[in-house]
Amino acid sequence: MSHTNPSPGIPVDDVRQDGDPNAAVLEVEDLHVEFRTRDGVAKAVNGISFDLKPGETLAILGESGSGKSVTAQAIMGILDTPPGYVTQGSVRFRGTDLLTLPEKDRRRYRGEKISMIFQDALSSLNPVYSVGFQIGEMFRVHRGASRADGKKKAIELMDRVHIPAARQRVTDFPHQFSGGMRQRIMIAIALSLDPEIIIADEPTTALDVTVQAQVMQLLADLQAESKMGLILITHDLGVVADVADKISVMYAGRLIEQAPIIPLYGNPAHPYTERLLAAIPRVDLKGQELYTIKGIPPNLTDIPAGCAFHPRCPYTQPICSEQVPPLVDVSDGRRSACHFWKEVLDGSLQIR
Amino acid sequence: MAASRSDEPVLEVRGLVKHFPLTKGILFKKQVGAVRAVDGIDMKLYKGETLGVVGESGCGKSTTARLLMRLEKPTDGQILFHGEDIAQLSGKALKAVRRNIQIVLQDPYSSLNPRMTVGDIVGEPFQIHKEVAPKGSRRKKVQELLEVVGLSPEHINRYPHQFSGGQRQRIGIARGLALRPEIIVCDEPVSALDVSVQAQVINLFEKLQDELGLSYVFIAHDLSVVRHICDRVAVMYLGKVVETGDEEQIYERPTHPYTQALLSAVPVPDPTLRGKRDQIMLEGDVPSPANPPSGCRFRTRCWKVQDICSVDEPELIVHEGLDHPSACHFAQIREVIETHDVS
Amino acid sequence: MPSEDAALAALTLGVSAEKGAIGKPRSLWSDAWHDLRRNPTFVISALLILFLIVVAVFPSLFTGTNPKFCELGQSNKGGAPGHPFGFDRQGCDIYSRVIYGARASVTVGILVTGGVVIIGGFIGAIAAFYGGATDSVLSRFVDVFFAIPLLLGAIVFLQAFPFRNIWTVVAAIMVLGWPSVARIMRGSVISVKESDFVTAARALGASDMRILVRHILPNAIAPVIVVATISLGLFIVLEATLSFLGIGLPSSTVSWGGDINDAQASLRSAPHVLLYPSVALSITVLAFMLLGDAVRDALDPKLR
Repeated sequence: MSHTNPSPGIPVDDVRQDGDPNAAVLEVEDLHVEFRTRDGVAKAVNGISFDLKPGETLAILGESGSGKSVTAQAIMGILDTPPGYVTQGSVRFRGTDLLTLPEKDRRRYRGEKISMIFQDALSSLNPVYSVGFQIGEMFRVHRGASRADGKKKAIELMDRVHIPAARQRVTDFPHQFSGGMRQRIMIAIALSLDPEIIIADEPTTALDVTVQAQVMQLLADLQAESKMGLILITHDLGVVADVADKISVMYAGRLIEQAPIIPLYGNPAHPYTERLLAAIPRVDLKGQELYTIKGIPPNLTDIPAGCAFHPRCPYTQPICSEQVPPLVDVSDGRRSACHFWKEVLDGSLQIR
Repeated sequence: MAASRSDEPVLEVRGLVKHFPLTKGILFKKQVGAVRAVDGIDMKLYKGETLGVVGESGCGKSTTARLLMRLEKPTDGQILFHGEDIAQLSGKALKAVRRNIQIVLQDPYSSLNPRMTVGDIVGEPFQIHKEVAPKGSRRKKVQELLEVVGLSPEHINRYPHQFSGGQRQRIGIARGLALRPEIIVCDEPVSALDVSVQAQVINLFEKLQDELGLSYVFIAHDLSVVRHICDRVAVMYLGKVVETGDEEQIYERPTHPYTQALLSAVPVPDPTLRGKRDQIMLEGDVPSPANPPSGCRFRTRCWKVQDICSVDEPELIVHEGLDHPSACHFAQIREVIETHDVS
Repeated sequence: MPSEDAALAALTLGVSAEKGAIGKPRSLWSDAWHDLRRNPTFVISALLILFLIVVAVFPSLFTGTNPKFCELGQSNKGGAPGHPFGFDRQGCDIYSRVIYGARASVTVGILVTGGVVIIGGFIGAIAAFYGGATDSVLSRFVDVFFAIPLLLGAIVFLQAFPFRNIWTVVAAIMVLGWPSVARIMRGSVISVKESDFVTAARALGASDMRILVRHILPNAIAPVIVVATISLGLFIVLEATLSFLGIGLPSSTVSWGGDINDAQASLRSAPHVLLYPSVALSITVLAFMLLGDAVRDALDPKLR
């Protein structure tokens, strides 16, 4: 996680924009990412758009191969190139398109304005440096701080993320912490320069459920303190229900539904979302019957024609294999990419 | 999921212990301590039912699975299969027992030998236990098994990497079924699968249980899945069973603080419940199994802790006024989640 | 929950969505072969090696001249019709000697490599599979042999024999070359041993032998193949070095090393005597090194 900044000590445009406090901090528009492999071109992301306002929590929900992690990497600018290429679209942070910036300018946003937390803290942290050193690195590199200052800031941050005995543990190494603690350290590193947005890529998937609850609570508290935007990337509909304000559901690299949280769960407007909700066992239901979705997610080098979900959709009609359903506005803040979204909403669809 | 219970358990565990020695030294190793992965547990599995074993990392549930499969030898205790103790068996006798207890593993990407065809993988049990199927009939049996788990028998010559995760898990299940075991130990069988695929495999497990009369020991950390598929549940913490009961008792009337904390932390895909749930936040980390706390192991994180907890290890017994065993001096019902019956 | 990268990799490595579209059976070996065929390094080195083997087995196809027929009158003469490489100090036809010399090098290379893989592979696999005291003892044994420098040790070993033939040379190199293979095999088996599919095989009641042969070895052998292929070239050089030093193959056997040794005397006046056997040796070794590289890339587990 280290960067080299050619001009330390000069923070990027530090002034939080006055003006419309509701203006979106991040606007992603029509993003396309492809992977060029031996077996063909895999279209990992196919035209995804969303925005994020200050203090808002957006969940990007999808299963493996949906393109959600790739989207996050493209926003952060850490896509493996080759084989990944952003072929279209824009990622605007307060109006500036990050994709058009040269790498050295782009780097000043990374960590400072937009930070990222990954799934596996153990492999994301460098095992041969102490945690204090790694947290302090952010200050040394981006703010030109001295080692002593970096250490002081590291202790402060470790306190902020509720790591007990921070002063004593600042010189410990990653493997000396439990999984939940390591995740907190990653959060501390991500928070260190007071970013405006944190992207969390499956932050709790590898954690026990009681630890997961602690970490998600921590993120929520930190967000409330600093009005940070949070993009939560996950496959877990339970975790999303607890924290998100709005959700973008991805399938085969496409955005297939976007909605505020309560309408999405209560009344989905896309068969995939509807089926997914019916397929998860719930701890508070007794005698539940699980409805399965037949088949598996598609090979990204060979996405089905028309609607990518049509081979698995219980409501599929001929038009679904012919025309790609456009992303239309369902209502205020809601969009759906299904030819029959109206019927899904009012529950009048017949299963074929 | 329904079980017709007979009186005798098909599998019973009494006082099962597994300590892994910690050693120092290169050539001559000296024992300096032990990881007490499983420290005296009792369990019962009845025919046709599913017993869930839940807990978080370090609780010993995976070690328990390996002990039941005799992939590890217990340090102490008994494992009774139809009343006969298999804990210290070896050689031919152990091999014979393996025909009756089989396992399905967690990771579909590493539980199949990448250099063997699917037919070889599913057919291997017949090669090891030659008496089960005469040579000529093996191929046919393999094809039948593939069909039973929902795969196409034509793919008998394909290799594992040509299948998806969910399909590989089905292959693993077919392999586990080959010898027609009575019991299948399922070690987190759906944790590594996508959500939409999990439901397929869960339903498959249930179907197989109905059709073949299998009994499952279902090891998992996902309490939502466990509620769905299990008839009875044992909750483990740091090598001990802290509470055990049937699905209704554990989920609707949990009495042990750890069970309650665990249930409160399970995410529910319902945003309207936000802020309305009974949330119990545990402090601190799980202690090391090499050095468990004295008395009640959960006391370092428990909000009910009193002096007696560090002195007296609570027994797993049915306390007065309650209807299922719990290992807590202050066991008390707390309805952590609000159950809705949708059957 | 499989990571997105792994899933992406799986989805783009040919796994299809539909049940019916899984495709023809494709083992990992055939995938590797498929990759190899497209690698120009492999194709070139493989063809070269094939050519060398043909030369070694059927030298008479390439030259009619007897390599031991030497006329002192032709000593150190340059190329002449029918004798493209000229003559060495004894007046023997260099071209013919280069052709016939291939046999010694290729034979020693293949025999040594085969022996080293069998001995080293066996010891490494047993040490890793059984672990514990067996591993401790065998590993120290391997360490002892590993510590003996290959060339020096071979020289000392060969002094023990009053006679010289191809078998002493093969034995000398083999006895000291097996430890590196043993180590590679040991490491490989240790990592494969922990795999879930090995656990599954145990759970089925598979015997140790079955697990070792059917499950562990096929999955552990890839690094050994790579090392063996590269080492082949090294073993050939070693033989040439020993022959050069005069303690390898007897002078009655035609060998490149021996010819290089003899060429020293006429280095200034007739460099062509040194040139041809040296180039032949270099090309042979290079071919095996390249083959080893190509094989390693094709069998790289990260890409599998």
